[in-house]
Amino acid sequence: MTMQQHDAAAALVKMANDIADYFRSEPQRELAVEGIANHIARYWEPRMRKKILAYQAEHGGEGLNELARAAIARLAQRQGPSA
Amino acid sequence: MLSIVELDFGTPRSRSAQPVALTIDGREVSVPAGTSVLRAASEAGIAIPRLCATELLEAFGSCRLCLVEIEGRKGYPASCTTPVEAGMKVTTQSAQLQKIRRGVMELYLSDHASGDEALPTEMRRMIEAVGVREVRYGFDGANHRQAVRDESNPYFRFDPAACIVCSRCVRACDEQQGTLALTIEGRGFDSRVVASQDEGFMQSECVSCGACVQACPTTALTEKSLLAQGPAQSSTVTTCAYCGVGCSFRAEMRGEELVRMVPNKDGHANHGHSCVKGRFAIGYATHADRILKPMIRARIGDAWREVSWQEAIAHTASEFRRIQAQHGRDSIGGITSSRCTNEETYLVQKLVRAGFGNNNVDTCARVCHSPTGYGLKQTLGESAGTQDFDSVMQADVIFVIGANPTDAHPVFASQMKRRLRQGAKLIVADPRRIDLVRTPHVQADFHLCLRPGTNVALLTSLAHVIVGEGLVAEEFVRARCETDSFAKWRAFAAEPRHSPEAMESVTGVPAADVRAAARLYATGGNAAIYYGLGVTEHSQGSTAVMAIANLAMATANIGREGVGVNPLRGQNNVQGSCDMGSFPHEFPGYRHVGDAAVRASFEQAWGVALQAEPGLRIPNMFEAALDGEFRGLYIEGEDIVQSDPNTQHVTAALMAMECVVVQDLFLNETAKFAHVFLPGSTFLEKDGTFINAERRISRVRRVMRPKSGHADWEITQLLSNAMGYPMEYAHPSAIMDEIARLTPTFRGVDYAKLDRLGSIQWPCNEDAPEGTPTMHVHEFVRGKGRFMLTEYVPSTEKVNAKYPLILTTGRILSQYNVGAQTRRTENSRWHGEDRLEIHPQDAEDRGITDDDWVGIESRAGQTVLRATISARMPPGVVYTTFHFPFSGANVITTDNSDWATNCPEYKVTAVQITRVTQPSDWQQRYRAFSDRQHALLGEAGANAG
Repeated sequence: MTMQQHDAAAALVKMANDIADYFRSEPQRELAVEGIANHIARYWEPRMRKKILAYQAEHGGEGLNELARAAIARLAQRQGPSA
Repeated sequence: MLSIVELDFGTPRSRSAQPVALTIDGREVSVPAGTSVLRAASEAGIAIPRLCATELLEAFGSCRLCLVEIEGRKGYPASCTTPVEAGMKVTTQSAQLQKIRRGVMELYLSDHASGDEALPTEMRRMIEAVGVREVRYGFDGANHRQAVRDESNPYFRFDPAACIVCSRCVRACDEQQGTLALTIEGRGFDSRVVASQDEGFMQSECVSCGACVQACPTTALTEKSLLAQGPAQSSTVTTCAYCGVGCSFRAEMRGEELVRMVPNKDGHANHGHSCVKGRFAIGYATHADRILKPMIRARIGDAWREVSWQEAIAHTASEFRRIQAQHGRDSIGGITSSRCTNEETYLVQKLVRAGFGNNNVDTCARVCHSPTGYGLKQTLGESAGTQDFDSVMQADVIFVIGANPTDAHPVFASQMKRRLRQGAKLIVADPRRIDLVRTPHVQADFHLCLRPGTNVALLTSLAHVIVGEGLVAEEFVRARCETDSFAKWRAFAAEPRHSPEAMESVTGVPAADVRAAARLYATGGNAAIYYGLGVTEHSQGSTAVMAIANLAMATANIGREGVGVNPLRGQNNVQGSCDMGSFPHEFPGYRHVGDAAVRASFEQAWGVALQAEPGLRIPNMFEAALDGEFRGLYIEGEDIVQSDPNTQHVTAALMAMECVVVQDLFLNETAKFAHVFLPGSTFLEKDGTFINAERRISRVRRVMRPKSGHADWEITQLLSNAMGYPMEYAHPSAIMDEIARLTPTFRGVDYAKLDRLGSIQWPCNEDAPEGTPTMHVHEFVRGKGRFMLTEYVPSTEKVNAKYPLILTTGRILSQYNVGAQTRRTENSRWHGEDRLEIHPQDAEDRGITDDDWVGIESRAGQTVLRATISARMPPGVVYTTFHFPFSGANVITTDNSDWATNCPEYKVTAVQITRVTQPSDWQQRYRAFSDRQHALLGEAGANAG
């Protein structure tokens, strides 16, 4: 990974964590995970989604908070094995 | 003074529904109770001479010209101050009345310099009306004809020799503007109009709104442009191109030359008022800096070359197609602007979606009110404010948070101040002591001086009080809102950690003030919230917007006049540019691109398949450019280099692109990084519509030909055709017709109706054929109102020993946004540079005094500004504006952004301040680069062909 690609991944990690922080106060964890996944699906351009999924797969979600990791795993699940 | 004579009924319209019948000069007349005799006569077509009366101001009764005879009454009452009564019999013309009026006028004339004979003043018309042919008193007595003119204001002059001391200017300053800068000094013969403490207009508290100039019945207060050019030959109603108030103006013209802008009395947003920008700051339209010919270059280090429109468009299309062929369909995109008309923004997003074949379109609302769109859609169901401006006149409690209306929305601020002077209560939440906190005859009941970045903590603690003290409007919530989301929110808000006492250490606001403010908001009658970028431009901007909507729903302060959630939009067409589908995930009317039925309707109308996935937002475009995935950008009317955060990141992204196309009036900061420049047109040169902060659609009307040869919508159309996607609009009205066909909230809008009604607030369709002043009256757009949880998440931008201060940014009255327009006017005489405001203690700690050069360093960069010591800043917070590119305000702002929309966190940047002696490294590099770019521009003409 080049430095530039690393920076791009860092920006996506921060964005995902920020979204997850909003949903942190949701008392039902399932709703929080679904909410984060839906938000990313609804507002992120496909290349960005692909990158965060790849980042999670390659780096084990390093730097992502727990809810964000769960939501990205949910997105990966939705997209199936080809994602 | 009006050079094009408009009908003026003399006193304000009565709002009473009770009719009163009377007789005037033998004619039966019926008018609403409370109407003056003067107005009743005027409405019946009977003109009574007057000088001190105008329908824009309350009756005053000083000039003694409008006297009438009323059967059964002694003497000659002033018709302006006499309300109609049932059965009243009024005579407006008689020999005795004529004699009195003539005598009064002769006295005026004996001490009056007539001024410029060419100007058709009210005074001249009244001299004619009362039939004065001679002045029996002569002109040799004591008089004021040698009084010295005040030429200090760049836009108008005051000639006391022509003043009749009718007080219209003083009353306009009081009643309309609310600044109270003018007064009558002295008594009797010595009485005269002075500004502030007789300091001259420029040095006084006068804000140059022009209300006094418009009110003056003589040539005492006259625009310099009018004196220089002479009276207008025609006038056309159009809409201001500055802030989100969207004032209606009459552009007064001599041929294709603009003489002046006069606020339109019939304007639904401004009711005849204006500010220094809209009324006077128009010189940019004809400024020598305007670029009028298309230019291209291969690299940003090359000289520009002037080319024909045909070559510029063909080159741009060829470059975009080449990039797409090499790097994929998604490698290019477009950015539109809130300074463009609806028709222009609609065309840009259509070009991107249908012509480019992707959804990579965004607008500058990304960096201002995108959280409003998100937050209000989530809670109320529609991405727009809920009221009209006039609604504020029914408000009992006004809660202003993160907005500074007297600077950023001055005409609406004047209306708000009028209501406050009538007794409405005021809560201000702002880190700074903005003018509204204490201004003549207005004082906030509470100034919640919160720490920057803690809006959500404050708003949730207000909710805690409302929930905890039994102030919820239970019946409204039960009937109008979701049961589940409310129950969840109530439990959340009630948690002790959200109490004002618990949050005091976070917000810095005394708990007792928060509790009292919450009680006032919930129980003080009609309560209305007005907010601005101080709410949205945070990492929790969307959360704060939802917290505001929660408060309004919980207290039933929504769905009728006098209440509501009111986002004050920064630029003239923020609302419209968002409405028009400029966001990458939404079609016009805020409908997601993933909605198959909606997408199908556009595919059918546009004849192409459209992407179902969202495109790139502006900051995503920058990231993608640095990754090599995004290489071509069409920017219409936006200056991302100056206005977006972390300037160096933005310029790096632009330099990574292969074809940056800027369509603008000037070589703005972004154009210095462009490969193609397409000269745009001002709002005076094109037809279209703007939509202001109250969802009001108003016409923009062309009063002169486009100086570059094409209006902006035509340029987009040329580009689209060159790219192979045909567009064949003959006029912007045809674009609006298409918008109406495809957008349910605009279905009833067309130019003919706009011409007939003057303006229309959307939704305008079968259910509301003439528009919707107040939204969510019977139910919310989404059905039931939805409460959202609003957990406070502190910004990651934190102060520490290295960066101990918080920088927040904002606007000032005389300048507008990036300043491209206002910097090219005399407005710079009020604000010629951006300054850093700093609290006296913070300044003293650093050995800083007024006017010192100070270096400002953040984690993102450094810049240098001059300091202004200001007690309106709280300790620990510094402030600057961003109107001048050399200031580099956005060199120091960071990439932090709103979690939901990526709206930048302009309002919270940790910084350190030190005294310095020279500009920052960035500023020195900027100056060298900018000078080089201007030199390259200078070579454009020589390289033509």
